[in-house]
Amino acid sequence: MEYKDYYKIMGVKKEATQDEIKRAYRKLARKYHPDVSKEEGAEEKFKQVGEAYEVLKDPEKRAAYDQLGSNWKAGQDFKPPPDWDAGFEFSGGGFTDGDASAYSDFFESLFGHDFSRARSSQRPFHARGEDHHAKVSIDLEDAFHGATRSITLRTPELDEKGRLITRERTLNVRIPKGVKSGQRIRLAGQGAAGSGKGGSGDLYLQIEIKPHPLYRVEGRDIYLDLPVAPWEAALGAKVKVPTPGGVVDLKIPAGSVSGHKLRLKGRGIPGKPAGDLYVILQITLPPAESDQARALYRKMEQELAFNPRAKLGV
Amino acid sequence: MNIREEILTGLLLDEESTLTLGELSRACTAHAEWIIELVDEGILEPTGSDIAHWRFSGASLHRAHTTMRLQRDLGINLAGAALVLDLVEEIETLRSQLQVLNRRSPGN
Repeated sequence: MEYKDYYKIMGVKKEATQDEIKRAYRKLARKYHPDVSKEEGAEEKFKQVGEAYEVLKDPEKRAAYDQLGSNWKAGQDFKPPPDWDAGFEFSGGGFTDGDASAYSDFFESLFGHDFSRARSSQRPFHARGEDHHAKVSIDLEDAFHGATRSITLRTPELDEKGRLITRERTLNVRIPKGVKSGQRIRLAGQGAAGSGKGGSGDLYLQIEIKPHPLYRVEGRDIYLDLPVAPWEAALGAKVKVPTPGGVVDLKIPAGSVSGHKLRLKGRGIPGKPAGDLYVILQITLPPAESDQARALYRKMEQELAFNPRAKLGV
Repeated sequence: MNIREEILTGLLLDEESTLTLGELSRACTAHAEWIIELVDEGILEPTGSDIAHWRFSGASLHRAHTTMRLQRDLGINLAGAALVLDLVEEIETLRSQLQVLNRRSPGN
């Protein structure tokens, strides 16, 4: 088990006042709150900060923690000394209003056992199980056609002796056709089991569509960059375009320019309403690698009075 | 409980799925009074003329959950939570637009 330096996590000195700790906590909690922060690892940091605050905000726990001494380094292998907490009385129980399963083994070993004992000896109480949240990455094609995904969830739970164990379970979940990135699926009763007569919590799956090599997805709309030859853009043409639903023919109007957006109505992700597929033209020049190609470019140069910089006044 | 073979079909929380006040408060493990406060604050916008006919969109559930976490974790009041929700939504829109622009910019 690793020693955790709660002062370092909170970014405060060992002699910080309770007010300073509270201010540091407020600031970090806002910064890393998973609903607000999109920073990498925000959720993990938020939990660590919560755990550190749980100890440091409580003068009793803080004093006990300080008693471990300052020779420990963060990450060092840690075993609590025997009777380390002798002489300390925890009035609030180990965990106060925190989420037990979210805290580290380190916290658990220092403050956890009292809590587990206290809980299991309590009169029976009924509480609905917690809701669980998970993310599921799917391919664009899955959103297009619908799919079944098997997901594995690891759930921390307290066993009958009050020890923290991790239970693993696999669920097969139907991904409905037409889901958008960011949408959630609610599976009623698939969250944590409740205590006593409380029902199970729910499981929420947040859908994320993986980046696709060809298409970009925005809501239900799909964007595709389509390379076209200069003559196709200039003279107009009928070209083949890949879509997640299959290849379609697209008419390129004469006089098209690079960046021109053509809409294929209803060819995006299905739904009510279905999304559209936008084709963005990208004029691609034939390479001037052969003598013949160079001669053709030369001919255009000589015979077309074309100044691409006319608008720039040069 | 044999869940290994079974294929679960959940409720897709989109614009079309709707929840009644009772369903929403059960899903949030909150009192209906708290949900009504969220409506008064403009955090949730149900359709329907009176409370008995209120219908909440699937997305409401996520907004209600987020509000609950913001209240609990950061001590934000409802007006503050409403502001956070709006700003986060705006940032998400901007972020996805930025992503599209970045990927489309030449040289990539």
